[in-house]
Amino acid sequence: MQILYFAWLRERIGLAEETVASSAETVQDLVSELRAKDPRYEAAFADTSSLRVALDQRLAHFGDPIAGVREVAFFPPMTGG
Amino acid sequence: MQVRVQNVAFDFAQEAKNFASSVQDCGALVTFTGIVRNNDAGDLLALEIEHYPVMTQSALENIAGQAMEKWSLVDCLIIHRFGRLALGEPIMMVATAAPHRAAAFASADFMMDYLKSRAPFWKKEVTDAGAEWVAAKDSDEQALSRW
Repeated sequence: MQILYFAWLRERIGLAEETVASSAETVQDLVSELRAKDPRYEAAFADTSSLRVALDQRLAHFGDPIAGVREVAFFPPMTGG
Repeated sequence: MQVRVQNVAFDFAQEAKNFASSVQDCGALVTFTGIVRNNDAGDLLALEIEHYPVMTQSALENIAGQAMEKWSLVDCLIIHRFGRLALGEPIMMVATAAPHRAAAFASADFMMDYLKSRAPFWKKEVTDAGAEWVAAKDSDEQALSRW
């Protein structure tokens, strides 16, 4: 699946997007897999309460299943307007 | 319902005029525009707005659609910019048209609250000292509970 990072999360990880082969069942499982990859991910995902997630461009929750999802986006709370 | 996500500046007065002339049978028309203001230290050079291109348009259409339905609006407009914006430039605007003012004001307020924390934009303040991401405010999240 395709994983996208925005704002400070993108800067801390050093990537805007990447393709990941994952067997994760939920967003939280995917986060655990990512954190195990590299210290940069570990630091960036240290506190998921300060992050938001979208599954196929729709806002979702960290407990949501990701079966069939093609695009997962992680980002800080939005600051539009 | 009109939704535009763009990098280029817009002319607020012209957009308000176009919107007004495109609606019929409305007794009330409310417009709001957000402008790049200085930071507390007074040293802002520019605002950089990042967004999630594939999601932004649909997120804004969702917000506009909710407003249309909840207040039975005649029409509504959202314009939101991204990219590097200088001090004093317009960032975004909303316009609502309804039979009466209560619906026009409330729906504009609703759209502003949702644009703050449910539209995938992230602001970064650029100063001589560097650049810093703007942190979301708890009050912006709490504002949603009004609706």
